Amino acid sequence: MSAEMQQVWVYLSTSPLLWLTLTLIAYQIGTWVFRRLDCPPLLNPVLTAIILLVVLLKVSGIDYQTYFRGAQFIHFLLGPATVALAIPLYREMEVIRKSFIPIIITLAVGSVAAIISAVGIVWALGGEKIILLSVAPKSVTTPIAMGISEQIGGLPSLTAVVVVLTGITGAVGGDFILNLLRINDDNARGMALGVASHGIGTAHAIQKSRVAGAFSALAMALNGLFTALLLPVLVHLLQ
Amino acid sequence: MLGSLTLILICQLIGEIITRLTKIPVPGPVIGMILLFCGLVFFPRRMPSEVETVGGFLLRYLALLFVPAGVGVITHLDLLMKSWAPISGAIIIGTLATIAITGLVMKFLNRRFACAHEEARQ
Repeated sequence: MSAEMQQVWVYLSTSPLLWLTLTLIAYQIGTWVFRRLDCPPLLNPVLTAIILLVVLLKVSGIDYQTYFRGAQFIHFLLGPATVALAIPLYREMEVIRKSFIPIIITLAVGSVAAIISAVGIVWALGGEKIILLSVAPKSVTTPIAMGISEQIGGLPSLTAVVVVLTGITGAVGGDFILNLLRINDDNARGMALGVASHGIGTAHAIQKSRVAGAFSALAMALNGLFTALLLPVLVHLLQ
Repeated sequence: MLGSLTLILICQLIGEIITRLTKIPVPGPVIGMILLFCGLVFFPRRMPSEVETVGGFLLRYLALLFVPAGVGVITHLDLLMKSWAPISGAIIIGTLATIAITGLVMKFLNRRFACAHEEARQ
């Protein structure tokens, strides 16, 4: 590398601009490949983007903090996007109101199932306590899960990773399970994806059907609320 | 556009203030969502008309917003290598089991409540 190129790289590699731009490019490559190959579930754009960026950071030797200085502008939008979930809820209020009781019961069962299955499996496979606590809120959307994790004594940064991987798992394998069990109702498919795999599941559900998307958004929001209230109490009782 | 974005941020801001003042364990954005929902329900005419456009934009790219947090996997590679079995087990089996249970319960309740409605009508 010539001296000038070196200088440009030194400037760019630490500036937020580069990593913000590369995050957008990586996601668009992921989306492009996904559509090109007829949307195979395993080539989830979020997964592709994460792998591309991790490889890039490893190869260039840039640390995550430097990367995040740029990527934080995207990360920040998770908060406003969570607020914006009020819109699909409002739009589909009539449909949702009609199955109000099934929603509440399903939500309570699903929310508890998400926590128990996560905690139970970590415990059964001999995971440490810090992992158990970090994995417990895994089905809840990132900003909420990180908050809960911090509160109950987990590692918020590990929780963030587990949450994203959980979302990808739901988007990748959700349709397979739902088809296998012949769950064809749009509202049931939406509830399942939203409760188990939060925003990434919801993004997947919105692409399939408007009703599934609205129920998924509702399930994700209510599950966030429910888990945020339930989990700290549960952990307190178990300790 | 600007008004809608401001409204969304104000909802989040009030949410953050409420959680910090009351110390309730609900994150600020969730309270913000409840506030925006109440706003849409109770003052539909007062809401900026493009709030749906701005919100729709954010939700259309919702999946993208998880990428920066996901790249954080790079900081935990050691821990993930060491405890790969419990972590991947919880993620894969736990998530798919949750989808199955939630979907089946909702499907069952749909039938159940549809029948109840039918009977009530007869």
